Amino acid sequence: MALLEARDIVKSFGKLTALNHAALSVGENEFHGLIGPNGSGKSTLMKCVAGAETPTEGAVFFAGQDITAMPPADRARAGMSLKFQITSVLPALTLYDNILLALQAEAPLLALMLSRSRRALHDQVMTMLEQFRLADRAQDAAATLSHGQQQWLEIAMALASRPRLLLLDEPTGGMSLEERRVTGELLQPIKAHCSLVIVEHDLDFIRDICDRLTVLDQGQVLATGTVPEIQGNPKVQEVYLRRA
Amino acid sequence: MTKTASIASAAAAEASRRSFKVLPVLELAVLAIALVMPLLLQDYLTVFATRVLILAIFALSFDLVWGYAGIMSFGQALFFGAAGYGAALLARDLDIASMLVVLPAGILIGLVFALLLGGFLLLGRHPSSVIFLALGTLTGSYAADRLARGWYYLGGQNGIPSIPPMTLGSSDFTEGPVFYYLVLGILCVVYVGCRFLVRSQFGLALAGLRENEQRITFFGYKVQHLKLIVFALGGAIAGLGGSLYAFHEGFVWPNILGVVISTQVVLYVLFGGSGTLIGAVIGAVVIEGVSFWLSDNYREIWPIILGVLLLLVILFRPSGLVSLVLSERERVGSFGRPPKGGRHGAP
Repeated sequence: MALLEARDIVKSFGKLTALNHAALSVGENEFHGLIGPNGSGKSTLMKCVAGAETPTEGAVFFAGQDITAMPPADRARAGMSLKFQITSVLPALTLYDNILLALQAEAPLLALMLSRSRRALHDQVMTMLEQFRLADRAQDAAATLSHGQQQWLEIAMALASRPRLLLLDEPTGGMSLEERRVTGELLQPIKAHCSLVIVEHDLDFIRDICDRLTVLDQGQVLATGTVPEIQGNPKVQEVYLRRA
Repeated sequence: MTKTASIASAAAAEASRRSFKVLPVLELAVLAIALVMPLLLQDYLTVFATRVLILAIFALSFDLVWGYAGIMSFGQALFFGAAGYGAALLARDLDIASMLVVLPAGILIGLVFALLLGGFLLLGRHPSSVIFLALGTLTGSYAADRLARGWYYLGGQNGIPSIPPMTLGSSDFTEGPVFYYLVLGILCVVYVGCRFLVRSQFGLALAGLRENEQRITFFGYKVQHLKLIVFALGGAIAGLGGSLYAFHEGFVWPNILGVVISTQVVLYVLFGGSGTLIGAVIGAVVIEGVSFWLSDNYREIWPIILGVLLLLVILFRPSGLVSLVLSERERVGSFGRPPKGGRHGAP
């Protein structure tokens, strides 16, 4: 059974139909790329999965449970985590506090008031910062990081609660080639415990890390399959890869 | 100086800057001044200073709600005034003036009113906008003011006069130094409690809420619940202030529920510096102090002078007076840090 199933998703904004019966299926520990030309509906589908948008029609299932009407906070608690397209680390807080903020989200409110979990979460905070090569900046404000480091911090925040599914919307946007390579390296180890859906324009990056791809065009699924299958698909070459 | 020495010196300066905290110094200075005030002031000024400290408690309630949770409560006086009326009714109708009853009753009244109004405004399916909350709270305060003015049982326009002094055992708390130190003690307890809260992990969640509400929703935070808790705590603190105010002034009237005092508390916090706690206290003290002095010396035009002063501070120091000495980094604060000399272990 797939970990994530988005079935027949339609999303309309007034007269504009952004998604027209789109579908997405992601298995356990699978890295799945969502690609397509600008305006094809990738980010909208991601938002429907994450709960930032409610589909006009269709349903989203996560671990067998219908989550179509579930609020984002409950989806996060169920094991789904999102990194936004626009970097949204909390700039005034330290890196340490950014990770702690993500880690403590599920603690009861009374425990938060009494700071009961601060001590217990310390090692996890430092492990995440080390994993993303940011430990030596732990006490710096997030605003002082480079763009690439802010993206890493945000991925670390999204991974902090050890989600079962991570949704990444353009994680390498604005990064240098070296930073993209490192991002790929940083993501590989999470495959042991987490599935990934990634929207990305950098096709080399996508080819390197993804097991399967779904190609969207004008709100519809054009093709889905393994990377070699998609690369050899004439429709995809016609509509998307040739443009790229 | 060699390059290495220069780097080391810069690092030492940075470390020293990080370790030196202005905030505790400022807090202790304010406390020291507050402690000696009654020794230096004439009795009528001590009475005035007591009123200012009560308003500072009220300002703390608004700072918690606006400065830390980002809820623009333009009707904070509803909780202050409702508790004031509640305390006055306890004294008038039930002959209860014991501090051990009226102060908890004030807290409870503020808490319940805030939970009711906050539940209505904050627990909708979609997050409430700042404008919706501002207008919703303002409406609550305005409606309470009008209700009190028209309700004979509450004394109508004249309010409830001749509230007896608050008591503790056989002692009465009448206006003067004893009442002043009682209020100062309560202010300190409220301040320390608020400081503990905003520096706790809960405070970190509030910092996240203030900076990027949507982001923390996707971490799994129930932001509406967070907001409601802070709103209710703010209401409880305002209620405590309101019950003290009723017994200190000896009367309550509809204005303490209404828009004027609701706006006043917004100004205290904006002027002093929101999201700092100490800024709320300083804002209340400075605005009330300057108003008192100006009204004595420039009877005809003092509101204009005060208005211009407030405008200047808000225009040129939008972070408030305390931002003159308090860095943004220290204002936001830090909620956890690695232990010295190593990266693992307890913070």
